[in-house]
Amino acid sequence: MSEAILEVRDLKKHFVVDHIGTFRRQPVTVRAVDGISFDLQAGETLGLVGESGSGKSTIAYILAGMYRPTQGRIHFRGLDLFSENGKRPLFLKKEIQIVFQDPGSSLNPRRTIAQNLAVPLQIHKPDKNIMRETLRLLELVDLPAIYMYKYPNMLSGGEKQIVAIARALATDPSFMILDEPTSALDVSVQGKVINLLMRLQSDLDLTYLFITHDLSLMRNIATRVAIMYLGKICEISKGSEFFQNPQHPYTQMLLSSIPVVSKDEEKLKPAKMIPTGEIPSPVNIPPGCSFNTRCPKKMDVCFEIDPDFVEISRQHFARCHLFGQTQKQG
Amino acid sequence: MSISSQSDLVSAEISPHEFSQLWRASRRESLGRAWYKFSRNPLSLIGAGTVLFVIILAVFAPYIAPYPEHVKPFTDFANASNPPSSSHWFGTDEIGRDILSRIIFGYRFSLTMGLVVLSIVVPVGVFLGLVAGYFQHTWFDTIIMRITDIFLAVPPLILALSVASILERNLLNSMLAVCLTWWPWYTRLVYGITTGLRNEFFVTSAEITGASKFHILFREILPNCISPVFTKMSLDMGWVIIIGASLSFVGLGVQPPNPDLGTMVAAGRRYLPDEWWMSVFPALAIVLVVLGFNLFGDGLRDLFAAENS
Amino acid sequence: MVNKAPLLEIKNLRVHYKVYGGVLKVLDGVNLTVYPGEKVGLVGETGCGKTTTMKTALAILPVPPGVVVGGEILYKGRNLLAMSPRQLSNVRGREMTMIFQDPMAALNPVFNVEQQFTPVLKHAAKNHLSNKEIHAQAVLALQDVALADPERLLQAYPIQLSGGMRQRVCIGMALATRPQLLIADEPGTALDVTIQAQVLRLLNNLVDRLNTSIILITHSLGVVYETVDRLYVMYAGNIVEVAPTRKLFSNPLHPYSQGLMDAVPKLSGGGISQGISGRIPDYSHPPAGCRFHTRCSHVMEICRHQKPPEFEVEEGHKVACYLYGPKNQEAAV
Repeated sequence: MSEAILEVRDLKKHFVVDHIGTFRRQPVTVRAVDGISFDLQAGETLGLVGESGSGKSTIAYILAGMYRPTQGRIHFRGLDLFSENGKRPLFLKKEIQIVFQDPGSSLNPRRTIAQNLAVPLQIHKPDKNIMRETLRLLELVDLPAIYMYKYPNMLSGGEKQIVAIARALATDPSFMILDEPTSALDVSVQGKVINLLMRLQSDLDLTYLFITHDLSLMRNIATRVAIMYLGKICEISKGSEFFQNPQHPYTQMLLSSIPVVSKDEEKLKPAKMIPTGEIPSPVNIPPGCSFNTRCPKKMDVCFEIDPDFVEISRQHFARCHLFGQTQKQG
Repeated sequence: MSISSQSDLVSAEISPHEFSQLWRASRRESLGRAWYKFSRNPLSLIGAGTVLFVIILAVFAPYIAPYPEHVKPFTDFANASNPPSSSHWFGTDEIGRDILSRIIFGYRFSLTMGLVVLSIVVPVGVFLGLVAGYFQHTWFDTIIMRITDIFLAVPPLILALSVASILERNLLNSMLAVCLTWWPWYTRLVYGITTGLRNEFFVTSAEITGASKFHILFREILPNCISPVFTKMSLDMGWVIIIGASLSFVGLGVQPPNPDLGTMVAAGRRYLPDEWWMSVFPALAIVLVVLGFNLFGDGLRDLFAAENS
Repeated sequence: MVNKAPLLEIKNLRVHYKVYGGVLKVLDGVNLTVYPGEKVGLVGETGCGKTTTMKTALAILPVPPGVVVGGEILYKGRNLLAMSPRQLSNVRGREMTMIFQDPMAALNPVFNVEQQFTPVLKHAAKNHLSNKEIHAQAVLALQDVALADPERLLQAYPIQLSGGMRQRVCIGMALATRPQLLIADEPGTALDVTIQAQVLRLLNNLVDRLNTSIILITHSLGVVYETVDRLYVMYAGNIVEVAPTRKLFSNPLHPYSQGLMDAVPKLSGGGISQGISGRIPDYSHPPAGCRFHTRCSHVMEICRHQKPPEFEVEEGHKVACYLYGPKNQEAAV
C-alpha cells in the first residue's frame, strides 16, 4: 500500500446564502459539503462523481485553496492545508494545481498563450528562462511551439483545455485536481485530452482527483470511485469492484441512468432501478438519509437517522441503512 | 485563410524571425477582421470620417482656416454681420470676423477639452473601479461606490456649472469642473466588468498559484476592460464637448476673444433670427463633432460586442 | 415503413454563411428523410452543421449571414423553402414543433406556465380558442408529461420549477398541439444524468403513444442508442452514414462513425481511444473531395478529389465513403 498524500477528515463547507426574518434574522445555509472523509494515495486517480448540487466542485475549490472549510481537516503530506494564520505557503500552492471545467474562461482572452503560461512560471520559477520553460510546457502537452503567440480565441475548446493543463503543470505539481476537464468537449476530442492526462500522470508521477458526472469515463480511468449526493459520499470503492458490484441505491440509480452504446454495457446496468425524482435543493436537505426522497428501498429508519459509513467488503464503503442492519445481524 | 489552421503544420523548429512574422500576420488578420466588422455599418464609417475630418481641421487650423488672423483680437466693422458669401462661407460676426475660421479654431478648444478631461478622468475612474470591483464587499468598495453613486445622482451639467461658477472663469477651471463630474462613470463601468471577471477561472487560477494583487488587477483584469473603456471614451468625447460648450455658453469656460463654439453660439443668439448664421453655424459645428464621436463610438461598441461573442 | 410517403425529406441541402474573409460552406448537400411515426437521430460533433440543418428546416436560420444555396426541404411533398411566411406558419408550430437544449432559455421568465401555453395553443388553433379551452388543453398537456398537480403548476413561473420540470413543460408545450413532427435539439444535455434519463424515457413513450415523428439532434451517442429507430451521422456538413440504429452501432462502416463510436467511454471498460485526430475543417476552405479525408486513416487517392456519393451497402444502410464503392467491393472479393 502506497502512502496517503492527502487526508480529508470530516470536511464541511456551509455557505450562508440569505437571511430570513425581519427582526431575529436567521441565516439560510447551504450545506454544500457536509462531513466528508477520504484519503488519496500517491499516484492514484480518485474519481469523484455526482450530479450538479452534490458538492463535488466545492471540494475541488476547497482543496485548491479558493474556499476555507467551515469545519474539518485536510492534510497534504502531513501538512495542514488550512493552518490557523490562513495563508497557504507558496510551496503548497506549487504542489496542488487545478484544471477547471470551462476551457473558455480558464485562459485570459486578452493575453497570448505564452503570457497565460508565464503567470505561474514568474511566480514559482523566477530564476528560469520563461521563454524556454513555456516551450518546454507546450512540448510536454504536444502543442506546436507557435501556439505561444496565439490568443485563446484562435484555439479549439480541446486545445484551450490542453493549454490549461500545461499551465497547471508549470509549477511541477504532484497533485492535480481535475474539475470536469472534458465535460465541455466533444467525445472525439475528449479521448485526446484524457489520454494526455493519463500519459502525464505516469510520466510525472501525478496524483489526480478527477471530478466528473460521467461514470463511463470513470470506469476507464479511475483507480477508485466515490459517489457524492447532497454533500456526502454515499459509496466509495475500487474502480473495478465498483462497477461490478454497486451497492448504494443511489449508485445503482446513477448507473442505470447512463446512456450506453452497446449490449455489453446494457448488461452492467441495474435493470430494476428506474431513476425517479430530482436532487433536492441543498438548502432543504431532508432529515435522516438525504436520499430518502428518491430511494426505492427506503425504510422507516431512513427518515429519522442518517446512516453511518460502513465497510461492506474490503475497501468498499457505503452509507446506507441496508448495510448497517446486515452488519448488526452478522 | 486564417493562420490558425496553417500553423498545425508548423514544427517546433522555428526561428524567432519566423515567429515574429507569424505573430504580425495574426495581428494583421485580427485588425482586418475588426475593420471588416466596423465597415459593415455605414454609420460607423461616417462617424469615423467625421471624427477624422474634425481632427484634421483642428490640427491644421492655421493652414486651413481662410482668415487665421480673425481668431486673435480683430475688428473689421466694414465687413461686420455679412451673410454667408463666397468670401465668407459661413458669414461674419458682429465685429467682422470670419465665422468659418473661428469654428475651425474653435474645434481646437473643443478637442483639447475632451482630450484633457478624458486623459485625467479615465485613469482615475478605471483605477478606482478596478480596485473597488476586485475588493467587492469590503469597506473600500462601499466607500468608493457610495461616493460614485452620489456623484452619479447629480446631473453632470449642473454639477459642472456649480463647480465652475465658484472658480475663476477660464478653460482650465472649466475642464477641472467637468473632470469632477465625469470620473464616476468610468468607475461604475470598470467596477461592473471587474466584479464579473473576478470569478472567471483565469483570475482564480492566478490567485491560487500565488499571483500578486497588482498582477491580477493590471495584467489579468485591466486588459479585458480596455475595449469597453475605449468605446465609452469615444462616446464621451461628444458629451464632454457639449458640456464644455455649455459652460462657455453661460460664460464659464473659454473667455473671448478666444473662439469657442459655445461662446460663439452665445454671442450670436442676440442677433437671432435676422443674422442667424452667427449662432446656427457654430451650433451645427457642435452637432457635427458630437454626432461624429457618437456614431464612431457606436461602431466600436458593436465591434467589441461581436468580438466577445 | 419504407413504402409510406416520407413526412419530411431534406434533399441535397446546401447552406452557406457569408462572413469576414469569405463564405463558410457549412452544409454541403445534406439528405435526410423522416417517415411518419419514425424516430430519427442526427449525431455529430459541435460545429458539424446539425443545428444549421434543423434551423433551415424550421426556417429560423438567421439570414444574413446564412444563405440557402441549393436543395429543398419537402414537408408532405411541399417545399418549405418556397413557402410564403403565412403558409409556413401554418406548418410550423402546428404540425412541426421544436424542443431546445436549454429549457430555461426557451421559457420566458416573466410569464407563468399557463401564459407560456397560451400563444402556442392559440397559434395552433388559429386563434379560435377560449381561455377555458386553453386552460383545459394546458392541463392535459401537463398530464401527458407526468407532472403532478397541473392546476397549481400552471400558475408557477419558470424560476420556481426544477430543470427537469422545465424541460417537461417544454415537451408538453411542443406536443400539446399534437404535431406530426417534433425536432428535439439536445433535449437532455443541460440536465443531470438521472433526470436526463427520465426526460428521455418520457419523451420516448409520449411520441410512441401519439405516433409523432421525431428528429433527435444530439452529440451524445448514448442518447440516440436507446431512443431512435434510424440514425444519421453527420460530419462537416455531410451525412456520412445512415442505418438502423442498432446496426450502425454494431457495424459502423464510415471511418468517421467508427472513430466516433470508438471514442465513447464504455461502461464495460477497455480504456479510452485517442479519438479522431485533427479537427473539423475550416468551412471557408473545406478540403476537396471527401471532407473527412484530412483526418481519415484509410484515405485513398480518389478521396482527395471527388466527393463520395452514398453507397447502399445493405437495405437502409448507406455510407458516403469510397471504401464501400463498387470498385473496392470487387477488389475485396
